[in-house]
Amino acid sequence: MSIKGKAYIAGIYEHPTRLAKDISLAQIHAQCAKGALEDAGLTKDDVDGYFCAGDAPGLGPMSMVEYMGLKPRHVDSTDTGGSSYVLHVGHAAEAIAAGKCKVALITLAGRPRAEGMATGTVPRSRGGTPTPDEPFEFPYGPTVVNMYAMCAMRHMYEYGTTSEQLAWIKVAASHHAQYNPHALLKDVVTVEEVVNSPMISDPLHRLDCCVITDGGGAIVVVAPEIAAKLKRPKVKLLGASEFVKTQMGGKVDLTYSGARFTGAAAFAEAGVKPADIKYASIYDSFTITVLMQLEDLGFCEKGKGGAFVADGNLISGTGKLPFNTDGGGLCSNHPGNRGGLTKVLEAVRQLRGEAHPKVQVANCNLAVAHGTGGSLGLRHGSATIILERE
Amino acid sequence: MAEAKERKLPAPAISQETEAYWDAAGKGKLLVRKCKSCGQAHHYPRTICPFCFSDDTEWVEASGKGTIYSFSVMRRAPVPYAMAYVTLAEGPRMVTNIVDCDFDALKCEQAVKLVFKPTDGGPPLAMFTPV
Repeated sequence: MSIKGKAYIAGIYEHPTRLAKDISLAQIHAQCAKGALEDAGLTKDDVDGYFCAGDAPGLGPMSMVEYMGLKPRHVDSTDTGGSSYVLHVGHAAEAIAAGKCKVALITLAGRPRAEGMATGTVPRSRGGTPTPDEPFEFPYGPTVVNMYAMCAMRHMYEYGTTSEQLAWIKVAASHHAQYNPHALLKDVVTVEEVVNSPMISDPLHRLDCCVITDGGGAIVVVAPEIAAKLKRPKVKLLGASEFVKTQMGGKVDLTYSGARFTGAAAFAEAGVKPADIKYASIYDSFTITVLMQLEDLGFCEKGKGGAFVADGNLISGTGKLPFNTDGGGLCSNHPGNRGGLTKVLEAVRQLRGEAHPKVQVANCNLAVAHGTGGSLGLRHGSATIILERE
Repeated sequence: MAEAKERKLPAPAISQETEAYWDAAGKGKLLVRKCKSCGQAHHYPRTICPFCFSDDTEWVEASGKGTIYSFSVMRRAPVPYAMAYVTLAEGPRMVTNIVDCDFDALKCEQAVKLVFKPTDGGPPLAMFTPV
């Protein structure tokens, strides 16, 4: 059984805020849900499936189900960090294909800026009963940035990847962000500006890192018979895959991500190849995240990511593979430190022809959205979806 | 030269499963868990082998020799430090720090040896320094 053609993305919404001092976490979730349902032309009472991850307040989905007055007959609060919402699209399609729901709502929200969270540079213990890995990691000071940085360091060692090549990823994102009125960082930057920005954790500079923003978003996934009745352009799910990559009992290899497995599986299910893809939403917590995922998804050979991203190859209109045309997490938005949902949103905008005209890809009929959640250097969840404009 | 200053290390949260590891650390020894069924050592230590799922596992003392698999100097910290994975001579790669060295001279595949650094009220942590 496959989910190919069994579900459509009918509604999307991205909260315009990037600093949510005066609104609550539940409020952002609900505002995003309302926006996505209105975009689809559906109402709250149409929702019979609800999906959220660990950013939702309360135990699993229950507090938000109550807050929004939902009556779901299917819920799923799988949490694989920032990749959760890409994974949720696949799970929603499975539930729809199995007849467990017809209108699935996925929400995300977060307020790390308003809460003054030191997102990337301070080691964090999760509290409560320690995870089995915690005593063997936390005391050493793993942060978000230094664990991703170790992936970059090893990739540079094995493949000769350079800081200038990584910088091109940020440069491309900034070219796109200049057209997004909601982007946190709208200024176009140069390779020189990236490599001359302060070193945070070798070899990642400040401008190799994504933004920290408040906000959120929502996605509505529906059954084919629902999509047929709606007025919005139809975006069909062709393939979906998920994976959890770990340290493998001490056999860790930092040069590849779970995208190696999810990309192959999602492309196989969709029956398309990376070369067919017109637009790619690629998780961009850091520049190295993008480079490794592009290799692992099959857009270029392993180790050749540096050459692939250089010289503007990811810039819409000039490059061969337009990516993250909303400015991505590197420049626009990384709500709640979880960037997977916004990856799906820009892919849908591109397929609908509703991206900003300056970055809209011509005849965009096939797109990929990929998420990485958790820590690339410790353990992470990967999720890939392939979407088609019908 | 960006040299490592001493920084305060939090005590590890010890579970029943790994008390022996931390008792050994207190005596200056690094233990790894080895499977008697498949013969492979793993890290972090578990009673059930993550490779073959046998529960016939035992502690063995590591030689303390290893090489840097990857590292990153966390510059934006009150006291900068070098996060690393070290490949132990016994096989597994472990999360650790590289200490007592010139951070700017560190390289992947560099040979390192075991040292222990005290924590705040707990057993010491296994770390490594260039040979």
